[in-house]
Amino acid sequence: MSTAAGITRADVAHLARLARLEVTEGELETFARQLEVILGAVARVAEVAADDIPPTSHSVPLTNVFRPDVVGPSLDRDEVLAAAPSAEDGRFRVPRMLDDPA
Amino acid sequence: MSTQDVTRLSAAQLAGLIADGSVPAVEVTQAHLDRIAAVDGELHAFLHVDTEGALAAAAAIDADLADGKPLGPLAGVPLALKDIMAMRGVPTTCGSKILAGWRPPYDATVVTRLRAAGVVILGKTNMDEFAMGSSTENSAFGPTRNPWDTTRIPGGSSGGSAAAVAAYQAPLAIGTDTGGSIRQPAAVCGLVGVKPTYGGVSRYGLVAFSSSLDQAGPIARTVQDAALLHAAIAGYDPRDSTSIDAPVPDVVGASVVGDLHGLRVGVVRELTGEGYEPGVQTAFDAAVAVLTELGADVVEVSCPHFRYALPAYYLIAPSECSSNLARFDAMRFGLRVADGDMGAEQVMAATREAGFGAEVKRRVILGTYALSAGYYDAYYGQAQKVRTLITRDFEGAFGSVDVLVSPTTPSVAFPLGAKVDDPMAMYLSDIASIPSNLAGNASMSVPCGLSEGLPVGLQIVAPPLADDRLYRVGAALEAELNDRRGHPLLTEAATLQEVS
Repeated sequence: MSTAAGITRADVAHLARLARLEVTEGELETFARQLEVILGAVARVAEVAADDIPPTSHSVPLTNVFRPDVVGPSLDRDEVLAAAPSAEDGRFRVPRMLDDPA
Repeated sequence: MSTQDVTRLSAAQLAGLIADGSVPAVEVTQAHLDRIAAVDGELHAFLHVDTEGALAAAAAIDADLADGKPLGPLAGVPLALKDIMAMRGVPTTCGSKILAGWRPPYDATVVTRLRAAGVVILGKTNMDEFAMGSSTENSAFGPTRNPWDTTRIPGGSSGGSAAAVAAYQAPLAIGTDTGGSIRQPAAVCGLVGVKPTYGGVSRYGLVAFSSSLDQAGPIARTVQDAALLHAAIAGYDPRDSTSIDAPVPDVVGASVVGDLHGLRVGVVRELTGEGYEPGVQTAFDAAVAVLTELGADVVEVSCPHFRYALPAYYLIAPSECSSNLARFDAMRFGLRVADGDMGAEQVMAATREAGFGAEVKRRVILGTYALSAGYYDAYYGQAQKVRTLITRDFEGAFGSVDVLVSPTTPSVAFPLGAKVDDPMAMYLSDIASIPSNLAGNASMSVPCGLSEGLPVGLQIVAPPLADDRLYRVGAALEAELNDRRGHPLLTEAATLQEVS
């Protein structure tokens, strides 16, 4: 993959595949051009962030949070499945996950 | 009381009239539903109006009152809810085709708390898709128009919420703010909008865009109304691991008008001048002079790393969004595009292509790039370090002042379509609001004047958990400016008079 200075259509196609996005030819062209502009602008973060600066992921301290180990009500199964694209026998029905063996 | 009279009242006034039996809650809700029916064809603030649910909730308030049961603090007051909040059985789209028709099987904590306070939820408001945008033009269901001038944007991403309140369709609205999405629409619609301290309001049921930045908050026509709504939704929630387990600052008490003697106000040098429209700068400078006259001690402060806030934000937010939006996989809820014998991967890719709009795709791809092997350290890692530097700038500034102020936005509401083809130009709308999201500060936008006949917002920033300071400053400024003008700023919106 090329650097921020030159985002190609092939780069965008690769990233889109990683993100499970099927993009059109027109989008490849537009996004490549726009991402180059955006990356050119955001690359400035490298100017100031020295090695001795710790990263911040959240503005509040994050610690693992446990809840009491007691049984509580869950979402209603039928209500949840009613919002699914497809359901069968009380379960989500999904497309084939694995390719057929060659 | 006429429909117009009822819809022009504040939330505080409505709550009082309903509680003492002067006006039935059903009448108040019906008046707002009538107002929506009259003006929303032109404005498109709402994606869904829950007429039946709202009238039933209002009738329940009237029944409780008749039975002598205790009422919540905002009992019977109508509210417009941003369509990013899950509400059981009511369509929740996030402005995206990928969620069109989805009815959540649960309520967001914010919704649960609104119900407990007696608030009547009128419906769901339009927004930029998944809260990505500054104009509401990224909604898959068409843009919202600014009630001040319907050829202009209402801001975004909470543009529907702001337009609804500005057009008297609701006295209160819930927005969410990841980089300015409450404050910027509030500013360009002449309203009060607050991004509470990060962790101050539960994110449970708020559809995630950028989890470390997203925060829900109030939009209202007055500082006091914003405080009442803030108090109703804030507080610890065990269902949000980033929720802060600490008492909610007394924002309602702080919204009582007082003077500002002894208050130290810092004007952020890096958030003024170049890049800000002259009319915006003039209105802001005049409001700062008013703060001085009210007794505040105003000084200039420098936050040298703020100019890196926008670049850091446009690495952090897309990175988090590329991860969060992976949940839209066409398997458990929402849209599924499938054809013949397509496997799961093909179905995901085809569904996401059909279901996401251009800005969402752009950010997912950008985030995927910033997080990918070989680029993580240079982009996402560096952005996180900038976040540390910005937090230190704030800490340094708050060592010598109590609050910081700046213009909320660099420009007034721009014309629809002006920036849709130029993502970087659109991103600059949030240049003054983003630092608070990165550091988790509390921030408010309060109307401070007009430029070219359009509203200008003044941003107030307080340290985390000092949200009450926003309300003290906002209430004092609002009262003084209303007094000098002889009326609230919003009454000068010409279009609103025509459509009423």
